[in-house]
Amino acid sequence: MSASDAEAWFIREVLPLEAALMQFLRRSWRNQNEIDDLCQDIYARVFEAANERIPQQTKPFVFATARNLLIDRARREHIVSFEAVADLDALGVAIDEPGPDRTIIAREELRRLQGALDRLPKPYRDALVMKKVEGLSRKEIAQRMGVDEDTVKHNIANAMYALADFVYGDRVDLGDTP
Amino acid sequence: MSGSAENPHTTPAARDVRAHAAEWLERRVAEDWSQKDQAELDSWLAESATHKVAYMRVRAAWNKADRIVVLHKAPFHPASASPSKGVLPAAFRIAAALIVLSAIGIGAAQYLSKPDGTTYATGVGGHKTVTLPDGTRIELNTDTSLRIALKGDQRKVVLDKGEAFFHVTHNGARPFMVMVGNHRITDIGTEFVIRREASDVKVSLVEGRAQFERADGATKPAVLMAGDVVVATANTFTVTHKAIRELNETLAWRRGALIFFHTSLAQAAEEINRYNEQKVVIADADAARLQINGTFPANDVRLFGRVAHVVLGVNVENRNGEVVISR
Repeated sequence: MSASDAEAWFIREVLPLEAALMQFLRRSWRNQNEIDDLCQDIYARVFEAANERIPQQTKPFVFATARNLLIDRARREHIVSFEAVADLDALGVAIDEPGPDRTIIAREELRRLQGALDRLPKPYRDALVMKKVEGLSRKEIAQRMGVDEDTVKHNIANAMYALADFVYGDRVDLGDTP
Repeated sequence: MSGSAENPHTTPAARDVRAHAAEWLERRVAEDWSQKDQAELDSWLAESATHKVAYMRVRAAWNKADRIVVLHKAPFHPASASPSKGVLPAAFRIAAALIVLSAIGIGAAQYLSKPDGTTYATGVGGHKTVTLPDGTRIELNTDTSLRIALKGDQRKVVLDKGEAFFHVTHNGARPFMVMVGNHRITDIGTEFVIRREASDVKVSLVEGRAQFERADGATKPAVLMAGDVVVATANTFTVTHKAIRELNETLAWRRGALIFFHTSLAQAAEEINRYNEQKVVIADADAARLQINGTFPANDVRLFGRVAHVVLGVNVENRNGEVVISR
């Protein structure tokens, strides 16, 4: 499928901000169980806006969207606290930071990928490598791993899910030795 | 931005949406993907921006993984992956020096008045380690030939062809010299890399110091410090500086790997061709300019072609025994 401009922008500019965004959400939102959902909703809002017009400055736009969403949620749930507001205001500083340059992003990504692969549970990792590097079919992977094809599907999908979290998320334990 | 009317609890949890997106992607990259499947995926994506972003996210991460899975597959020379420093006495270890020499073509023979050295060689794709009695270790890269002559007060190596990595046990009373073309590199307690291509010699100092000079003494010797890179032709040389990390990446061949970072496909192909009888040919200038990242097994042309196809979307075909890449 050919990526639209908004898609390409989203992948190139927005996804690399995820770790910073998640950290901001963790600091600013009481219920930690809702952080993934908030992130997802922010993404949806950002992407919908980008379909209309791609924002000139990605980071301020993403964090402003995050802030608006948190305020909407907080109002609705009547949980606005002084700390939350103060934290949101402190955000202004973070927005103005210059983004890291592309080379650093690329190296950071490589480091994250390496960490990710090391941390995937072995069945997921094996399935991923056989699929990605060796280009094997489900059936071939199933034979090699001695499992059925549904398990292979499950392992690959889970590997994909975990990989996205490792690559974009704010899992701070990444990169350390296991 | 007024989506505030919706109840957050009716929105499916991000975890569920992301899990669905991953299941879709798994199906999408599987071998039995059909037009009907595509239509179903399209309609799922059209249902909400949430679906769409979850799918874009998991797909982008999956595509990025092209850079890394290759690295994971590369335990090529486990024996040489970690230098066996432990076997050297501590006193030697401190003064040990590493040199990598690369030379293509023939020459330098005239500087060994008596070519009585022992010859060591590797074929295309080969890798060999020679350990000398003093603990000095020499690793030969692909398609390499060198001679080692040990005399009373001198240790001399002539690199006739290819590339080699020298881990030299330093001994001021018994200098260790490497001759390559018109040039001489003398270890003075260092780690360094030297590489020669066609008529060029490239010396990169990884740690400590070494001396670089014309073998006939016609120019003043240069003392090289860590990170210094010398590029020398027959009669001249220039010194530039590089990050040690970058220098180390050029040594990945020691574990059978090649590291590319923003490397053009043309350069990458040239590099991988050094290690393989089966050659990669870049058919057009458009393809040649594409950039590639990642760590590749040096000896797997098929995998190189496959990754180029998957990552860069180029056409890869096997033509008369050559892997032809075009756009």
